[in-house]
Amino acid sequence: MRDVAVVAFAQSRHTRTSEETSEVEMLMPVLHDALGQVGLTTSEIDFTCSGSCDYLAGRAFSFTMALDGVGAWPPISESHVETDGAWALYEAWVKILTGEAETALVYSYGKSSPGELRDVLSRQLDPYYVAPLWPDSVSLAALQAQALIDAGHTDERRLAGIAARSRGSAQDNPHAQLASSPPTAELLTADYVVQPLRRHDCPPVGDGAAAVVLAAGDTARRLCPHPAWIRGMDHRTEPHGLGVRDLTDSPSTRLAAERAGAFDAPVDTAELHAPFTSQEVVLRKALRLGDEVDVNPSGGALAANPVMAAGLIRIGEAAACIHRGASRRALAHATSGPCLQQNLVAVLEGDR
Amino acid sequence: MPDVLSAPLVVEFPFTRSLGPVQSAFLTGLRERSVLGVRTADGRVLVPPAEYDPVTAEEIRELVEVGTAGTVTAWAWNPQPRPCQPLDRAFAWVLVRLDGADTALLHALDAPGGAQSVRTGMRVRIRWALEREGAITDIACFEPDDDGPTTHEARPHSGEFADPVTGITAPARLDYTYFPGRAQSRYITALAGRKTIGERCPSCRKVYVPPRGACPTCGVATDEQVEVGPRGTVTTFCVVNIKAKNVDIEVPYVYVHIALDGADLALHGRIGGIPYDQVRMGMRVEPVWTEGGRHPDHYRPTGEPDADYDSYRELL
Repeated sequence: MRDVAVVAFAQSRHTRTSEETSEVEMLMPVLHDALGQVGLTTSEIDFTCSGSCDYLAGRAFSFTMALDGVGAWPPISESHVETDGAWALYEAWVKILTGEAETALVYSYGKSSPGELRDVLSRQLDPYYVAPLWPDSVSLAALQAQALIDAGHTDERRLAGIAARSRGSAQDNPHAQLASSPPTAELLTADYVVQPLRRHDCPPVGDGAAAVVLAAGDTARRLCPHPAWIRGMDHRTEPHGLGVRDLTDSPSTRLAAERAGAFDAPVDTAELHAPFTSQEVVLRKALRLGDEVDVNPSGGALAANPVMAAGLIRIGEAAACIHRGASRRALAHATSGPCLQQNLVAVLEGDR
Repeated sequence: MPDVLSAPLVVEFPFTRSLGPVQSAFLTGLRERSVLGVRTADGRVLVPPAEYDPVTAEEIRELVEVGTAGTVTAWAWNPQPRPCQPLDRAFAWVLVRLDGADTALLHALDAPGGAQSVRTGMRVRIRWALEREGAITDIACFEPDDDGPTTHEARPHSGEFADPVTGITAPARLDYTYFPGRAQSRYITALAGRKTIGERCPSCRKVYVPPRGACPTCGVATDEQVEVGPRGTVTTFCVVNIKAKNVDIEVPYVYVHIALDGADLALHGRIGGIPYDQVRMGMRVEPVWTEGGRHPDHYRPTGEPDADYDSYRELL
C-alpha cells in the first residue's frame, strides 16, 4: 500500500458567531494557511475534497460557493461529502492510494450560528419514526448518558471531570472556543440542560473551518520534515434505529479501529471526537484506551465543535502532534450523527 | 465597511415520503390503535419495525402485534421542551420496549411526578392522540402505567387494514438569521443607493458582480470595490413561458444574462419595455428601479446600437 501522510493542518479560531463573514470568507484564510505551510498553490493540488452541510446555515449549495475559495475554475478534480470533513479526508486518502493523485487538499467548515443547531440536527434523523418528534441533539445524547450511568460506566461527577479536564487542556489551544472550566464541584451545581447532561457536558455551538493537505511518499517527505503517515483508516456505522442499539457501546468504532490497525501497537495520543462528555466514556472503552494515553490534548470537541469540521480537526490535531514530535503513534476518531452513529478511526505515525 | 447585514430566513419543505409495506402497516396500525412489529431472521421482534433486517439486510415481512404498554430502557428529562416536540411541558424522552418487542421505540413520557418519578425499568403505556392519521405522532406520548407488568406475547398479524396509509407528509421548518458576509454586504448596501459595486481580484484583475468575496479562478479574496454599470449588454437570454408560483410577472417574459459595463461576469435579470420576441444577444440595456426597491426591478433597452459579439463573447 502507498504511504500517504498528513503534511499540513490549519484551522480557524472557532467562535460562537461569525456574522461578518460568509462561509467562503471564513474558510479562505484557513485554506491559504494550510497550503502556505507546504508552499503549494491550489493549481499544484491533484484532488480537492470537502465536507459540509447546507442545513447548518440554511444556505443551499453552499459548498459550491465555498469552492470559490479554492480557485476551482477552470474545473479542478474535486468532490464533496455532506458530512464531517474526516470522511472527505477518507475519500482523498483512497484517491491517493489508487494512484490517481499525489497530493490532496481536504477542507470542511460549519457555520452553526445562523440556525438553531439542536433543531437543525434533528432533521438528519429517521424521517418516518423519529424526526416528527423533533428530538434535539442534546436530548439524544442525554439518553445515551443516562444509559451509561444506569449501566454503571460513569456518573455525573466523572462526566464533569471530563469536561474540566478537556477545557483545561484547551488552554494551550489558541483555536479553542472554550478554554477554561470551573472546578468539577462547581460544575455540578448547575441546572440540567437535559438530565443527566448539564451545560458543561455539551459542546460549545460555534462556527469554524479546517483544512488538511495530504501527500504520497516522497512528495510528503519533500513537503514536510515530519510527515504524519496514515497507517490505516476505516469507518463504520451503527444500525440507525436508536432502540436497536446498545447505547453504552460502540461496536462500529471498535470495528473501524480494528480495520485501521489501531490495536496492532499501542498509541500514545488519541484525539477523540466526543461532542458530549459521556461519549468519551463510550469511545475510551471501544478503543481500549488506558490512562497512559494522552486523550484530547487539544481539548477535543468540548473545546470547539464546529459541526462538519470537528472530526477533520481531530485528524489534524493528531497529525500536528506528530509534526511537532509530541507523538509517535496517534489515533484520531471522528463521528457523525446522533449518539455516535457513524465512526471513523485513523492511525497516524511519525517516521520511526 | 458597512454594518453587518442580516435578515431572517425560513427554510420550509413539506417532504412527502412514500412508505414501504412494513412502515405502512405500522403507521396504519397506529391509526387503529394497535402496534405492529416485524420479526427478524433470528426471531427478534423489531418495534418500530424496519423493512430490512438490521443484521442480514434481508427483506423482512413477518408482522406481529405487540402490546401497548412496555418498559423504559433509557430516559432523559427534558425540562424545557423545544417548539415542535411532543409535549409543551417538561417531559422525559424515553426508549420504551413494548411488551412482546425486543427493541425500543423513542417517544415522550408525560410524567407529572417530574424527573424523580422516572427511572429505567418503569412501566409505561401509550396515550393515543385523539385524532390519528397514520404517523408516529398518533402516539401522543407515553404515560406511567401503574397496572404493573403484563405478559403480552407478540401475536401474528396480517398487517392488513382498510384504507392503508401509503405515505406521510413531514413538514420541516427551520428558522435562520442569514448573514451575507463582507463582500455581499457591501454589494447590497451599495444597491440601496442604486449603485452596483463589483469586486476586483488582486491577482487576475477580473471584476466580479455580484461579488461573493473570492475569485473562483485564483482562490483569493477580492478586496477592491469597483462601481460597474449601470448600463450593460445582454450576453444571452431565454423566453419564460411558464408562470412561477408566487411571482407576479406576466408570461412570456425574457430572462437574461447581462454583462454590466466594467464587469467580467454576467449577472441575471429580466427584460421589460420591449416585446419578448425582439430581445437579442448584444442588446444594450439599463436598470429600471422601482420606488423603495433594493435592486433593479428589471432592465430595458437603452436604444444604443447592439454591442459587437466579440466584446462579450468571453462573458457568455
